[in-house]
Amino acid sequence: MSITWEPVIGLEIHVQLKTETKMFCRCRNGFGGDPNTQTCPVCLAFPGALPVPNRRAIEETIKLGLALECSIADRAVFHRKNYFYPDLPKAYQISQYDEPLCADGRLVVPTADGEVEIGIVRAHLEEDAAKNVHVAASGRIHGATATLVDFNRGGSPLVEIVTAPNIHSSDVAKRFLQLLRQTVVELGLSEAELDKGSMRFDVNVSVRPLGSDELRTRTELKNMNSFNFAAKGIEREIARQIKIYENGGTVDQETLHFDPTAEESAPMRSKEEAQDYRYFPEPDLVPVHPAPEVIEALRSQIGELPTARIRRIANTLSFYDADVLVTGGLDRLWAAVVDGGADPKEAANVLANSFVASGIDPDAVNPAELTKLVIARSEIPRGVFDEALAKVGEPGFSADPYTAQKAVSDASALEPIIAAIIEANPGQVEQYRGGKQGLLGFFVGQVMKETGGTADARVVSELVREQLGA
Amino acid sequence: MAITKEEVLHVARLARLELNDAEVERFQGQLSAILEAVSKVAELDLTDVPPTSHPLEVSNAWGEDIPHTSLTLDEAFANAPDRDDDHFRVPPA
Repeated sequence: MSITWEPVIGLEIHVQLKTETKMFCRCRNGFGGDPNTQTCPVCLAFPGALPVPNRRAIEETIKLGLALECSIADRAVFHRKNYFYPDLPKAYQISQYDEPLCADGRLVVPTADGEVEIGIVRAHLEEDAAKNVHVAASGRIHGATATLVDFNRGGSPLVEIVTAPNIHSSDVAKRFLQLLRQTVVELGLSEAELDKGSMRFDVNVSVRPLGSDELRTRTELKNMNSFNFAAKGIEREIARQIKIYENGGTVDQETLHFDPTAEESAPMRSKEEAQDYRYFPEPDLVPVHPAPEVIEALRSQIGELPTARIRRIANTLSFYDADVLVTGGLDRLWAAVVDGGADPKEAANVLANSFVASGIDPDAVNPAELTKLVIARSEIPRGVFDEALAKVGEPGFSADPYTAQKAVSDASALEPIIAAIIEANPGQVEQYRGGKQGLLGFFVGQVMKETGGTADARVVSELVREQLGA
Repeated sequence: MAITKEEVLHVARLARLELNDAEVERFQGQLSAILEAVSKVAELDLTDVPPTSHPLEVSNAWGEDIPHTSLTLDEAFANAPDRDDDHFRVPPA
């Protein structure tokens, strides 16, 4: 009897907070500065420089913890995590160890098959490392390489979120990540852009026989910069491990670098390199005691979260549509368009398909104008609708000039055109009448071409059928 | 000895330090003396004493999220052993 294998997946996510300043100094935080122009004695680790925590970063981490239903620590402590690498000038990262700000939370992930609760082990605050650029040396010593370091990112506030290993499919892992991203963005904590590295994640994967509660050796997948790659990488790793076990082998604990173009994930570092971080409390910082009234004030800033909105909207639309609208940050615009009188399903279709593809910022859209457009959609030529939708995010956009261009559906205007086309294509007419019904599309296409796309395709189709049927 | 030669070598490796035999022996002696001195604390009954991470009765010392003026490139690089235009240059990592 063959074994059914159950994947066991845990996620570790890093989110860069978009505070004005860094975590332990008041250098500017964020992209855009020329290399090494956002540095000071603290983030360059000059001897004697002392860290000063960023109050807003602490509060935003607490806010995220509340959104993830974590307990907020009465006492949180920063630790030093020691390791030696050029991106870390102090040779330690200030992080949190056994007294994190937030612990024991959960995020409920709605799926097509019901809700899945993912445990949040902890969410803590730490500082980001600098950016290394590995280069080939120019000139002097042929073939030698060097590492160039830009400390602008060094010391930026970073929240680390660790899930329990209770995710059992790549699809749920992907949905969790999308939902977490949307939550973080809505809370105003981070841009959480994967391609810019302001959200990064690692995935731990193992498998076990279904029904067992053992935790087998896991491998860690790093460097995945899209949710789809993550799902693909997890699938591939699950299959690899199952194959190893079914051939009587054992899985090595290792870190795999995910390369979406390659067929397999290449090992990065084996366990003999396993780190010894020698955590100890950061003596330069005092404990954090979040005041209950501060926690309550932060809690009151949290609106209806994505999970709750997916749940609510899925009562009106399909789960799929609700999920796409909410995780795409489009559901508020959708609600406004529906409030304006548009059909909910029609509005969802426009937003989840054409609008998403256009890449327009939903916040730039005037819902009233979009509503007019959605309502008029079936009455105006497709080309006109597409043209209008592409401009719906422009300042001062008005739908009126577009919705005024009603598609020609007047039979008396269309019939002579249709007659002429039938006249001009006797061969196709004969084939159609001989049973080749698929040619209807050919005639409709010809009419649309003749009318410059202004005809109402549905009406044309009926009229063509009528005339050919004679 | 409170610390073995292997432990000295392990710590040296973590700090990327290369020690010769005489140095390993010297540090083993010095580190052991420190550990033995500190282990005096273990002679006390500390069952009800929480670990102290900081000697001061202070908490919530933080700064507001308002940018200061950062260093100029020349200031930032003043003590750097090597510089490549606007980057610090270090041996390949």
